[in-house]
Amino acid sequence: MTARTSWIPYALIAPSVLFLGALFIVPLVQTIWLSFSAGEGLSLVNYQRMAGDLNFGLAIRNTFLLTVVVVPLQVVLALAMATMVSKLEKGRDLVLWVLTIPLGVSDLAAGLAWLSLLQNTGYLNSALYALGLIPGPVGWLSQETPWALFFGIVLAEIWRATAIVLVILIAGLQLIPKEFSEAAEIFGASPWTRFRRITLPLLKPSLQSALILRTVLAFEVFAVVYALGGRNFPVLAGEAYTWQNENQNYGVAAAYAVLIMAISLAATAVYLRALRTRPEQLP
Amino acid sequence: MADIVIDHVVKEFGSFQALQDVSLVANDGEFVALLGPSGCGKTTLLRIIAGLETQSAGRVVIGGRDVSGLTPRKRGLAMVFQNYAVFPHMTVFENVAFGLRMQKAPADDVKRKVERAAALLHIDGFLERYPAKLSGGQRQRVAVARALAVEPAVLLMDEPLSNLDALLRLEMRTELKAVLREAGTTTIYVTHDQTEAMGLADRIAVMYGGKIEQIGSPLEIYATPATRFVGGFIGSPPMNFIKVRCENGSARIGEMALPCPVAGSEMEIGLRGEDASLAADRSGIPFDVRVVEPMGSHLLLTGAIDGQLARIVTPPTAKVTAGERVGLHVDPSRLTWIDGRTGRAVSRG
Repeated sequence: MTARTSWIPYALIAPSVLFLGALFIVPLVQTIWLSFSAGEGLSLVNYQRMAGDLNFGLAIRNTFLLTVVVVPLQVVLALAMATMVSKLEKGRDLVLWVLTIPLGVSDLAAGLAWLSLLQNTGYLNSALYALGLIPGPVGWLSQETPWALFFGIVLAEIWRATAIVLVILIAGLQLIPKEFSEAAEIFGASPWTRFRRITLPLLKPSLQSALILRTVLAFEVFAVVYALGGRNFPVLAGEAYTWQNENQNYGVAAAYAVLIMAISLAATAVYLRALRTRPEQLP
Repeated sequence: MADIVIDHVVKEFGSFQALQDVSLVANDGEFVALLGPSGCGKTTLLRIIAGLETQSAGRVVIGGRDVSGLTPRKRGLAMVFQNYAVFPHMTVFENVAFGLRMQKAPADDVKRKVERAAALLHIDGFLERYPAKLSGGQRQRVAVARALAVEPAVLLMDEPLSNLDALLRLEMRTELKAVLREAGTTTIYVTHDQTEAMGLADRIAVMYGGKIEQIGSPLEIYATPATRFVGGFIGSPPMNFIKVRCENGSARIGEMALPCPVAGSEMEIGLRGEDASLAADRSGIPFDVRVVEPMGSHLLLTGAIDGQLARIVTPPTAKVTAGERVGLHVDPSRLTWIDGRTGRAVSRG
């Protein structure tokens, strides 16, 4: 009996391991290999070409700028929404369902939806024109208005991907027994103190998961940027796409991909360290 | 100095009445236990006193101040929760200090008071540890120390010992009583465990179905229950209830005639198991013994009086065998007479 059951868990988990191995680890190794190979043997030629490219600095700057602005805003918004939703007594599920609708929309579709709002002949301009605030169509997404374009992308990203943070934080909030907050209240803590001294520290594991997930995805941002700004707003994933498809240079595209992975890994390592919860501090 | 006045408090959850017009006074420094089975409303009443629930009607007055509309932190009380609610991300010191920190007490004051509360509850050796490293009993002590550190005028406790094992519970019960007597804190203590309530409380409020059935000292409640419920809930074994008919001012059970305190045909006699003694000559109330359980300190006899289930406690040396019919002598002054229709005790004649 014990002899037979010992291999059953491995057999059951084997399909998913094989599937991920074939479609994730193999391409990953291939990509890394590709990025370091040019002609014959290993070399850094692809990385040199990447770093020497006109758009490289811009792509780095834009990607980091987007991440640094979007991720904290999303976490603050999601925290506020999660706190409010968890206070609801009736209609909680409905509110949560509405708030998470954007999660069901693909990022390209989300980008196109915001394009129809923000483009020259879009709904925003029509509304502003009807109100008499602008004399004619204004280009918000052009190269001449980089801040408007940036703001549009930030808005679309917040609309699209805050809900995933919200879902993780709501699940985390539900794990905190309400007695902790009640005890703090009895002993004189104001609502803000309770949030800061009780809820936030106990939510740390969930915050860590949400931050890692959102930051990694933010470094990979592509479809929304591409739909709204094309190449007016270069980002790292967009550059990888351009080198792959337009320049047909798989080596440089692979170098971009490896760079994004390295940045994501570094960010993850920072979060794991900065927001670690010692086992003795777990509930 | 703080007494607690609960004045006609009602609590409704939708159409369900959790508390029906409850009034209770706890005097300054008094220990009052709210005792009852689960669902009787005792925890709801405690949470209303704390301000964690809002009453549907009625007032809560603490130390002469109407706190009915105040948030918990404005009520100036301390509470020990059933699951302790000791903050896992803070050391024992910070847990005990929490209330003092919220009052913005000076650092040396905090240190002094935390150390005193910790010494009182014998947790002064663990102040720098996190709660996860403590046993259940130690966490319980941290929760009590946190409550006592603020030197509260009013202390609320919600089944604080129910998560401990039996031996630890007995030990903590004794210690709690000593500590709280010394502190002179007005305490309201919720429990479903009658021995805890009897052992700790100055007075017990027995609750059932959202109402207070009886308030009194442990001895009063034990000896003179106000209702059939109280008699059946308090005591182990519970009080026996024997249905009798009162005719011409007396009730007959077997050869025994007992004077009825009031007229009324449907009466029940409430008899504590230890208030009956075995008659040497089988006279008195006939009792058919079915099971004999030697409990060490006493014999527990289960059987029937007049065909109705009864449990009798006798000295451990009594010679009784199962299947035997014995006679019981009772002291009429120790009987409780219950009106069979209302379930309420009638005053003795």
